[in-house]
Amino acid sequence: MIAELTHRCPLQCPYCSNPLDLLKAADEKPTDFWAALITEAAQLGVLQIHFSGGEPTARRDLPALIAHATALGIYTNLITSAVLLDEAKLGELARAGLAHVQISIQGANAESADRIGNYRNGHEKKLAIARLVPALGMSLTINAVVHRQNLHELPEMIELAASLGADRLEIAHVQYHGWALRNRAALMPTREALRQADAVVAEQREKRRGSMAIDYVIPDYYADTPKICMGGWGQKLLIVAPDGRVLPCHAAETIPHLAFQHAGAHPLREIWETGPAFTAFRGTGWMREPCASCAFKELDFGGCRCQALALSGDARATDPACHRAPDHENLQHIAADEAGSGITSFHYRRYAHS
Amino acid sequence: MNGAISAQTIPALRRGIRRHYDATREQNVLLCPERVILLDDIGNSIIELCDGERSIAAISLALAERYAEDPAQVEADVTSFVQELSDKGLVTV
Repeated sequence: MIAELTHRCPLQCPYCSNPLDLLKAADEKPTDFWAALITEAAQLGVLQIHFSGGEPTARRDLPALIAHATALGIYTNLITSAVLLDEAKLGELARAGLAHVQISIQGANAESADRIGNYRNGHEKKLAIARLVPALGMSLTINAVVHRQNLHELPEMIELAASLGADRLEIAHVQYHGWALRNRAALMPTREALRQADAVVAEQREKRRGSMAIDYVIPDYYADTPKICMGGWGQKLLIVAPDGRVLPCHAAETIPHLAFQHAGAHPLREIWETGPAFTAFRGTGWMREPCASCAFKELDFGGCRCQALALSGDARATDPACHRAPDHENLQHIAADEAGSGITSFHYRRYAHS
Repeated sequence: MNGAISAQTIPALRRGIRRHYDATREQNVLLCPERVILLDDIGNSIIELCDGERSIAAISLALAERYAEDPAQVEADVTSFVQELSDKGLVTV
């Protein structure tokens, strides 16, 4: 379960996975809502909670929620930019039982990273906090989000993660939903740069084997087969938005006519098992051709519904990342065109009227 | 390269990795960043003994006695299991 406690965040990364229409502090749910939800999640069999956002450490009740989850035997992950943390606050989270801290970096050096996150001195703050995580007995993941404007820094980012004592490095190419879709022309890498990055990752994985695990998320636009999304729609993950709506994936609210239920208003088990949003694309029954007769339909479960909607105009269409999709060639043209666009300026992630 | 192991290697669960009995699935699991690994009884027994004090040889001997199995075969199985967990970054060696 991913608990998006808030959409508030001091950073303004142009590829944020939050929706374009960000929720404000007044829309957020109180501590007792989240505590009750965590209890329900434990009863449902949820084994892990990812406290995320926005920036989850903007919530003062975070240590209490982590302690509550830990007491119920749930493994807790914190997905953070780290810029609001200090040594005392991090220590408090460790004592509450936090198992794993994932800190994002936007680049290999302050100049590049602070421009992309649009937050001065953010990079240095992140590094200072990251160094404290292993000493407190928590697992440290560095999440390096890569795109055209920082992909050349990849070798230095890997070296940086290792020097921070990271147990794990996640190198994630931007996925083009929400803010990233709006900024796609400024972010799309060239095929050649992607090929070089693939080679760097393969070599570094071997070199760091046993000391730092490297996970690698490739971009759909240069793929030939769709990625299984969220482990299959409504099969492994649920996301709770800051206002309490329960979603099957980050971008699900872009799909029109999907009805999202609120935790608290319905039992979580009911939302998960029979709720309209979760059953809409669960399994393979919703598929049309060429998906319905595809040999891989139970491996990728049709890929990404939100991407099919965004690029083909229909959430039931074949994911254009698939070579069998009518829009697959179009996807490759978009990638090639935008990779060569020369655009470097970003629409930063901001509230609409601020 | 890091992570090559032998009978003298002393494995331990890496920081932030937790073994947990899941009452819903009635199964032991290894809870790790971004993943859950389901453990069978053998895997669970091995990880239980990865305490940062026992060597692979000692772990293998203890399990061979417990299950009345051939010690050489058990040591080969334990070694490959620990190597796999080490490669995934879940065990330090």
